[in-house]
Amino acid sequence: MTKPTNLNSEPVADVVAQEAHTEQPHAATGPHISIKPDTLGHVGPVSITNSFVLSWVVFVFFAILVYFYNKQLVAKTKNSFFYTIHGFVKGVYAFFQSALGEKIDYFFPLVGAFFFYILLNNWAGLLPGVGSITYNHLPLFRAATADLNTTFALALISVTYIQYVGVKMMGAKSHVGKFITFASPIAFFVGILEIVSELSRVVSFAFRLFGNIFAGEVLLAVVAFLIPYGASFPFLLLETFVGLIQAVVFAMLSAVLFGLATSKHH
Amino acid sequence: MTEDVARLIGAAIAISVGVLGPGIGIGMIGGKAVEALGRNPEAESAIRSTMILAIALAEGLAIFALVIALIIKFV
Repeated sequence: MTKPTNLNSEPVADVVAQEAHTEQPHAATGPHISIKPDTLGHVGPVSITNSFVLSWVVFVFFAILVYFYNKQLVAKTKNSFFYTIHGFVKGVYAFFQSALGEKIDYFFPLVGAFFFYILLNNWAGLLPGVGSITYNHLPLFRAATADLNTTFALALISVTYIQYVGVKMMGAKSHVGKFITFASPIAFFVGILEIVSELSRVVSFAFRLFGNIFAGEVLLAVVAFLIPYGASFPFLLLETFVGLIQAVVFAMLSAVLFGLATSKHH
Repeated sequence: MTEDVARLIGAAIAISVGVLGPGIGIGMIGGKAVEALGRNPEAESAIRSTMILAIALAEGLAIFALVIALIIKFV
């Protein structure tokens, strides 16, 4: 970067700007926004990031919820907690049944896990205290789905599973025949396009979820910075809705692609 | 033009051009959904869920542009 040297005030302003930039995590000059999660500490070779911390909080909460739900499932008299959760789970089941048909019982464990994991992580990122509680001047919590590593891992699981069920249900020959075929030159190039679209699916799955949740986080941070009182509320409602929709979209797209991979193509 | 100014302009162009396509797409999806609703009001729930799914997919493209803009701005 070249600078004009004939201006006297330029270097001074530059130094001040640089100082302000390096001190940004400490001073309240603007909202704290970082694309990658902040590393809080290390356990052996594993670095503990703030999104990792919140994903464990969500995991423990979800495990406790599931434990009590499971215990109520076999109980003689069920309490209202059970019916609240049960109604929700049944609604989700019926929703994915509309996409998967009779294959729902085979795929629901994974698709439902995607849905609930993403939904709880999205909503956990909106709770008060996430981003505002700090540890060593870094936010202690960050929504796990606002971290590209998490969404990329979820996308890889989904796309790998598509290939797995494709081979398992349709047979290796039929499944690989979708991608590599020498029937005709056109079919050969269509197969190459299929390979590319399968790979780009990982990127689109990962970036759609990450981008939506991260953009929501940035939006909330900027609005709270511009107007500190009250103005965040409608945006918070919007982000609650977006969190639900993105969980639905991820799980629904996975379900549709599982269904496609396991049905006979013309 | 310094590097910071170029970054700001680049981020602004990335997001402003990037939302054009999804904006047109979401408008068409919403319009067609309302048309379908007018023609067949009983299918409201099916139309609504399909519409929201399609809108979220179109919106994903705008989000890609937003991610690029944020990367230009902050990284």
